[in-house]
Amino acid sequence: MSTETKKRTVKTINIDADKCNGCRACEVICSSFHAAPRYSSNNPARSRVRVVRDPLRDIYIPLYAGDYTESECMGRDKFIIDGKEYDECGFCRTSCPSRDLFREPDSGLPLKCDLCDGEPEPLCVKWCLVGALSVTEREVEEPAEETKRGELEIGLESLARRFGADKLLDTVAQITKGR
Amino acid sequence: MRYAETGYVLEVDLTKGNIERVATDPRDTELYLGGLGTNAKMLWDRVPADVEPFSPDNLLIFAAGLLCGTPATGCNRTIVSTISPQTRLMAFSMMGGFWAPELKYAGYDKVVLRGKSKDLVYLYINNDKVEIRDASHLKGKGAIETAEIIKKELNEPRAQVAAIGLAGENRVFYASIEQGRSSASRGGIGAVMGDKGVKAVVVRGTKDIVVAKPQEYMDLCSEVLDYIKHREDNPIPDVMPILAGLGSPQEMKVHDEKWHTENFNWGNARTRRKDFWTEEVDHAWAKTMEKARTRLISCYNCPMKCGATISMEGLPTYMMKCFTKLTYTMAAFSDLDFGLRIAQKATEYGLDGFSAPQVMAFAMELLEKGILKDSDFPGLPEDNEGKFFYLLDMIVNRQGIGDILANGTYWAAREIGNGAEEFAHNNIKKHEQLPLKLSMLNPIYYLMYCTGEKINITQIEGQFPQAPYPTVEQREAFVKDWVQVPDDKFKDIFLQWEPRGEKSMPNFPTVDMCCDIVDWQEMMHYIDDALGQCAGLSSFPLKPPYHIHNYPKFISAGAGIDMDKDKLMKAAKRYRTLVRANNIRRGMRRVDEQPPANHWKNRFPELEKNLLDSYYQLKGWNEDGIPTKETLEDLGLGYVAAEFERTGVYGGGSAEPASAPRQQETLNVGGVQP
Repeated sequence: MSTETKKRTVKTINIDADKCNGCRACEVICSSFHAAPRYSSNNPARSRVRVVRDPLRDIYIPLYAGDYTESECMGRDKFIIDGKEYDECGFCRTSCPSRDLFREPDSGLPLKCDLCDGEPEPLCVKWCLVGALSVTEREVEEPAEETKRGELEIGLESLARRFGADKLLDTVAQITKGR
Repeated sequence: MRYAETGYVLEVDLTKGNIERVATDPRDTELYLGGLGTNAKMLWDRVPADVEPFSPDNLLIFAAGLLCGTPATGCNRTIVSTISPQTRLMAFSMMGGFWAPELKYAGYDKVVLRGKSKDLVYLYINNDKVEIRDASHLKGKGAIETAEIIKKELNEPRAQVAAIGLAGENRVFYASIEQGRSSASRGGIGAVMGDKGVKAVVVRGTKDIVVAKPQEYMDLCSEVLDYIKHREDNPIPDVMPILAGLGSPQEMKVHDEKWHTENFNWGNARTRRKDFWTEEVDHAWAKTMEKARTRLISCYNCPMKCGATISMEGLPTYMMKCFTKLTYTMAAFSDLDFGLRIAQKATEYGLDGFSAPQVMAFAMELLEKGILKDSDFPGLPEDNEGKFFYLLDMIVNRQGIGDILANGTYWAAREIGNGAEEFAHNNIKKHEQLPLKLSMLNPIYYLMYCTGEKINITQIEGQFPQAPYPTVEQREAFVKDWVQVPDDKFKDIFLQWEPRGEKSMPNFPTVDMCCDIVDWQEMMHYIDDALGQCAGLSSFPLKPPYHIHNYPKFISAGAGIDMDKDKLMKAAKRYRTLVRANNIRRGMRRVDEQPPANHWKNRFPELEKNLLDSYYQLKGWNEDGIPTKETLEDLGLGYVAAEFERTGVYGGGSAEPASAPRQQETLNVGGVQP
């Protein structure tokens, strides 16, 4: 096994929800930046950051679009913090069939935050003058990727990711049994 | 292709239950911009002088400004226009919040309500799907409560709701339209909404707003953001804290209320308490505010935190901005705790925070003087605060004396008679004003009070410092980075202006200088109201990020209309004149253009006449305040001149000034007499 490591930059958006004023400037600039051509239009419904905002309950959570999932979780979660009850799955970043968050409003295609690739800093951070959003970077060391994998390995891995390892094993077992 | 705007308005006929999506003429955008500008045009075209405020033919227009929904910081205002039941003139109250951008994203620039619904309804706009829905279950509900119920029943937490409370339903003449942290309060437009049987207008939109020149527009937006940061880091020196920064006066943030409590008047705008602000009061009020305030909050796409969520023990949470913090407190000679408690109730009822407290103080004064009797107030509580809560309920329910008071001090005084008129002493054009009573005439403010058709001084003033700086060095430092002036002459005026001596008020700034200053101040507010820009980042504060030099660029790059400074100034003058034209044909004349008689102790009739004459002349209005035929034609408003000629407005034929008593509500006040 290889002992070599390589460095990778991890970017973290720090969300200080206590400082959020609920103005949604982050949504405005995000949807504008990701419009094609760039800045040609804006539409918060297309934004990859959304402020979950309920002033009467004092709830302000800027939430970033994470990965897409095909199926929702088996159960859901609901947080109560300091007496404040947050929405179901209120802190989840996933673009999920259980809700319309983080999907293109017309096509339904999933959205994912890319930290404004190519810009010196994510624009939501730049536009958040109240300081609720900031970004930090750090280097992490990770084991270097091992030797190049073959087609079969890659194929099996993607099947396992899609259907789950158990299901894959079962299927392989069934197929080979039939032979 | 339409840029920045959607090019569509939603026409809703409440009588028939008919809804139409109507394309607008892009030429109108070029001439009148949008928001207030195109509202004024619509009212001119469709609401003739004989239409009563509570007629089904009166329109209630909710407009998003031209640049609302684009990334321009702070551009979020809804301009609501109609004919006011109180002033019987054109009302155009504005609200910030989140409603206007949402309307744009739904695909509309305006919602135009006409007719009347038999039953209480609400309008639900969800992109292309628009419904008139039953609101019988919302009857009598609070404005904020209504918004919460509707969002829940639609399962649409992101919908924006503009709603009326009981005051609007009962057509109180100073009823507001409430929208979360914002409200359109002046002129009684909530009463018109109630009269039309509309409890709420609910919007949800998920479409794009497109700008004409993307990179250029974004660069302009970035410059504005950078400038806001610069101004936050560099407050204006030598002015009181509320004038040093940007945004609305930071009433929710600032605890020190010495200036307001000692300079504004208490009760029925009578009593000045020069030694009110003691350390003890400071301490107690700060404690009240700290405890009540959950968070400082903003409107859509704006970093200024002018509002706050307020939670008083035992009461539902509500949101507040600005000066309502003190109006109830000062009207009742009470404290901040009372003020914040009664404001909670008044916000749910949907009432203008300027007029309502003053009407109540007026009623108490009439009782004190014996003009109203104890028998007019059955069951009046003994304690002072209790009396105000009692009056609030009576007014909103139009019960007993409350039915008369619900029409505001001007109309109530006429109905009560017996000398009550003298107590309705703080009105302009029949509308209650801020409780300010000062000594030396301020000619700049004189002009603004007289000629302001926005009815509220805070929506006319701004840009130019309210007082001169004592030293030349201070003045030189101030003008050094004063890029917002339309012309360098304003710097010269400020440099010469002295606190006392020859070059001090009321003689300096000179009459002509005052006219120029007021013209600039007013113009910037009118531009804001067409674009949907909040005055707090533009026309109100000193040295704002938006001004006459970058606005044309915003319009060019945003809306794709070729615009320069002169063309913009002319457009603003065009629809400003059209607002006046709407009011002129409803009977407004020079005689209506005066501040409350006791606003200043030291008056100068000759100077005042000179000021008004000169200002009218600068504006292109005749000596009676009517835009001349030449002015109108030069602005492309020949159709207004034609109607003025046809109806005899120029011949003095309109005659009846708007301040004259009206025996019946149906009286035609347009200029139709020979």
